Amino acid sequence: MINLQNIEKVYRTSTIETLALNNINLDIKKGEFVSIMGPSGCGKSTLLNVMGLLDEPSKGTVQLDGQPVTKYTDKELARLRNQKIGFIFQSFHLINDLSVIDNVEIPLLYRSTNGKPRQEYAKEALTKVGLSNRMKHFPKQLSGGQKQRVAIARAIVGNPDIILADEPTGNLDSAMGNEIMNILQQLNDDGATIVMVTHDEQMAKRTHRLIRLFDGTQVL
Amino acid sequence: MLLNYIKIAWKVLLRHPFYTFITLFGISLTLTVLMVLTSFLDHLIGSHYPENKRDRTLYIMQMTQQDSSRTSRQSGPMSFKFLTEYAKSLKTPERVTICTFINSSNAYVGSQKIKLNTKFTDADFWRVTDFEFLEGKPYNEQNIANGENVLVITDDFKKHYFESATEPVVGKDVEIENIHYKVIGVVKASPVTRPFTYADVFFPYTAPKSNYQNTGMRGGYVAMILAKDKSDLKAIQDEFQSHIDRIPLPGIQDGFKYAILDVKSEPYLENFVGTIMDGNAGLKTIFFGVIAFVMFMLMGLPAINLVNINVSRIMERASEIGIRKAFGAPVKTLVWQFIVENIFITLIGGTIALGLTMIVIHLINTSGIIAYADLAINLNVFIISLLVCLIFGLLSGVLPALRMSKLNIAEALKS
Repeated sequence: MINLQNIEKVYRTSTIETLALNNINLDIKKGEFVSIMGPSGCGKSTLLNVMGLLDEPSKGTVQLDGQPVTKYTDKELARLRNQKIGFIFQSFHLINDLSVIDNVEIPLLYRSTNGKPRQEYAKEALTKVGLSNRMKHFPKQLSGGQKQRVAIARAIVGNPDIILADEPTGNLDSAMGNEIMNILQQLNDDGATIVMVTHDEQMAKRTHRLIRLFDGTQVL
Repeated sequence: MLLNYIKIAWKVLLRHPFYTFITLFGISLTLTVLMVLTSFLDHLIGSHYPENKRDRTLYIMQMTQQDSSRTSRQSGPMSFKFLTEYAKSLKTPERVTICTFINSSNAYVGSQKIKLNTKFTDADFWRVTDFEFLEGKPYNEQNIANGENVLVITDDFKKHYFESATEPVVGKDVEIENIHYKVIGVVKASPVTRPFTYADVFFPYTAPKSNYQNTGMRGGYVAMILAKDKSDLKAIQDEFQSHIDRIPLPGIQDGFKYAILDVKSEPYLENFVGTIMDGNAGLKTIFFGVIAFVMFMLMGLPAINLVNINVSRIMERASEIGIRKAFGAPVKTLVWQFIVENIFITLIGGTIALGLTMIVIHLINTSGIIAYADLAINLNVFIISLLVCLIFGLLSGVLPALRMSKLNIAEALKS
């Protein structure tokens, strides 16, 4: 499903060069639930960004469904992200100016889905995460756990094959974290491939496979 | 999609009321100036009362005579005889009228002096123009042939002279410079900015002191040529020029020997600019260039300012841009989104400006700065204003949109 070969990511400023990822080789299979762990600053989020086509590697090849994406244009990458990948972020990244349902509809906006079906799909996704009664609310009116459920609804509304979650439980208490984890497990049981960055060993234990990073290098 | 953009634009406006105030203040002030300017230009050169047929009218305003070395020249309006011979005789037009430009005179109400602008016209003047008769009727060929001392006055003069706006005055006597005239009609006045039709009092050209019998080529008269159709204008100009070309050269006028004679029949705008620029084609280009430059600066500077404000507020929107890109928005779509947002904001500014313009125009019309001014926001002004809003929105939206859309997703999400 996702294949990374010899991935290297270097951040350069005028005075310093930082190697964020060093020779990463990874193969994520369809239907897998993989967690990535490691200390802060070891490159977990960078790796997730490279996998999600949010950031370009300095070296190496990213393949999605066997297709290298290195030479894809901005438009092609955008279409690929839109149709194949759903993102969940630690700080939710909801647009505060839009209502819950408008936030969930965002991926469908870029598929030119018409207004009515778009609302129907968004309602379905919100029902899946148990938030059908909060559709007209705004993010500021929700708790952390509710915000993350909205973010999950947004990630799954377009039925993507892959869900990339960057510390989805990092800002939540353990009860709420467990709830979110249950939803992710359910999505995985329904066929979604999930890659999750986490600091939490307990959460990582609930996934199929664990990848450990240290100073940008894969150690497990 | 569009609704989503507009929702966001509205929320962004509400987020920082002070910035919003500054932005909208800048936009609406600029657009107000442009709209008032457009309305004034339209008032000046558009087809309006009582010259509603300007689009198919040619104007003959002055004759220029030069010596062979082009070192000395004289120019000015023409004689009634000259225009009768060379303009009135044209075959292509629907009608030609000859009238004086603007003369001045005095009338007295008791001991109070009223300064008057007067005009001597033929009977066709009332057919070429569209004056609204509030009372009575215009003088006709018969009145003129009989040499009757009749006149048409404006509603404003009626109010001052007869000290009543409502009482009928047709048939009453008006004394101007010791000559008695009978009022034959009362018209709604034409603004001072339309000199071919502006006057307080209109006399038949046979009235005393009109000098219509002068024999030279020069005098105090101008002409308006009404075409049957707009498409006839070129043919009329050619016919008129062929008449002028028949005048033998060189000739002598008041002791001045001229070898070059120039009389043009032109549409109102060309005649207007030509008169200001004294017929110099190069200067005309400079004139239009300066107008275009002033318009551009009026729009350009506030647009640059708005670009500046927009760019400095990019980081506030960085997270949103990151989210939209992550979920599949291509750069082109984001650029379009920000342009739509900007146009939306500009249109709000435009609506405020429209209100302000109406107030300013009302003040100009009622203040008397321009006599009988009738500035208005008509369809032309509105369409031009809308176009200006869109150009302004594009000017101030494209650059920030490009900068916003090129943000790196991962960086944008970190902010």
